[in-house]
Amino acid sequence: MPASSQERLPAATPPTAPARPPGIVGGSESADPPVAREVLEATDIVRALTRIGHEIVERNKGADDLVLLGIPTRGVALARRLADGITAIEGTRVRAGALDVTMYRDDLRLRPARSLQHTEVPAGGIDDKIVVLVDDVLFSGRTVRAALDALNDLGRPRAVQLAVLVDRGHRELPIRADFVGRNLPTSMSEAVRVLLTEVDGTDAVRIEQARKGGLAR
Amino acid sequence: MKRHLLSAADLSRDDALLVLDTADELAQLANRPIKKLPTLRGRTVVNLFFEDSTRTRISFEAAAKRLSADVINFSAKGSSVSKGESLKDTALTLEAMGADAVVVRHGSSGAPHRLAYSGWIRGSVLNAGDGTHEHPTQALLDAFTMRRHLGGSVDGRRITIVGDVLHSRVARSNVLLLATLGAEVALVAPPTLLPVGVHGWPCSYSYDLDAALPKSDAVMMLRVQRERMQAAYFPSAREYSRRYGLDARRFGLLPEHAIVMHPGPMNRGMEIAAEVADSDRSVIVEQVTNGVSVRMAVLYLLLGGREPVEVNA
Repeated sequence: MPASSQERLPAATPPTAPARPPGIVGGSESADPPVAREVLEATDIVRALTRIGHEIVERNKGADDLVLLGIPTRGVALARRLADGITAIEGTRVRAGALDVTMYRDDLRLRPARSLQHTEVPAGGIDDKIVVLVDDVLFSGRTVRAALDALNDLGRPRAVQLAVLVDRGHRELPIRADFVGRNLPTSMSEAVRVLLTEVDGTDAVRIEQARKGGLAR
Repeated sequence: MKRHLLSAADLSRDDALLVLDTADELAQLANRPIKKLPTLRGRTVVNLFFEDSTRTRISFEAAAKRLSADVINFSAKGSSVSKGESLKDTALTLEAMGADAVVVRHGSSGAPHRLAYSGWIRGSVLNAGDGTHEHPTQALLDAFTMRRHLGGSVDGRRITIVGDVLHSRVARSNVLLLATLGAEVALVAPPTLLPVGVHGWPCSYSYDLDAALPKSDAVMMLRVQRERMQAAYFPSAREYSRRYGLDARRFGLLPEHAIVMHPGPMNRGMEIAAEVADSDRSVIVEQVTNGVSVRMAVLYLLLGGREPVEVNA
């Protein structure tokens, strides 16, 4: 795995901000800083999204009535990219929006109340449309379950499909994705981090060793 | 956020902005076919009102119901309070019924604080107006309304609050919250209706409404609270209205973009002329609508997450 040297910490520098793990650490000898390995590069992400775009069109025999709803934060950026891609393939404009599922989560009581993200349903609504939910990482499936509940309150789509950039396994609910960028077998102690230009300034997918009780997602 | 919302001063700038941003998202709900979220399902919110209220109680009730909480309304009239039951016994009853939050309005300043820190109840306490002390959710909905009309922020905006500041919990909470949010607040009132110690508040004050209006981005007219006045604070209603009422002429002194607010209930013709209250720059009705979104935000942030570690401060 090639490691870019830009974000590499000088070998002697102890981690100063453990909350934000350093980017790519190649062949690290110290055990302390979380080890990250890059599993998808920017070009991989572009290819995966292009393929998913084609698969969505193929499955639905065109792009009519398609609405892509991204789950914040990174799902929204992915939904926009997919919508642009499909628009380019099909020539019909595909709408993208955002669906915040915070208020529908089943783990709200486990953490302090969190701030809400923006929900934006494209004009025309979702009634009788084919809604493709878009998220960056599919993990326990609980976010998707919350999204299905949220959709239920917004209208009645003709069908709901799920597209994710990464499926890392460890499902806790009977949910699967229709379109997957990359299946990444992971252990529970690892965290999958998706970085997107719109949010993080760069495109990459990394697997990090999560700290105990840390930010696994 | 703290566990309770008793005073606008409990809110840091970040807390206040979190409430307002959350309310912004929740306001979208009004445009949906199903105006309800499952977030507080199975939780109980008690509206405990020892003083009359229309809009605040209904607003809290609508907010709690839109979040799927169970709501119990309790007003002192027709309850055992009229038989002499104490605040403590009432609180113990509510606790026995498993209230997760108590929204309390009381004629005595400090009653919500007593309720929150007495150990009588475990749930969150939300102050819905106590005596002449505070009314924090009103201040939040006012700030929310101003933000929507004044370019997304009240930072650096000039807000003029006019009238019976002495008896107004709305004014007190607004001054504290708006100062936290970076607004410049100016109070205008007859000297008899300004509280002792107003010079220590984070705002300016004056007695001349005509001079204050041209530099105001928003003007908030307060109700003259006759029910709390045991002495003569001004010679006559007419004189008050002439010097401190917002009539059509004074309305003309406001900048083009300025909005007119009133926490309600209004005395039309007294502190505000009917034509001003009904003008298109009056946001008085919208304040009521926004109240539901803001109270939903507060209920969600206080009850929606894990219970905060108890810090009695």
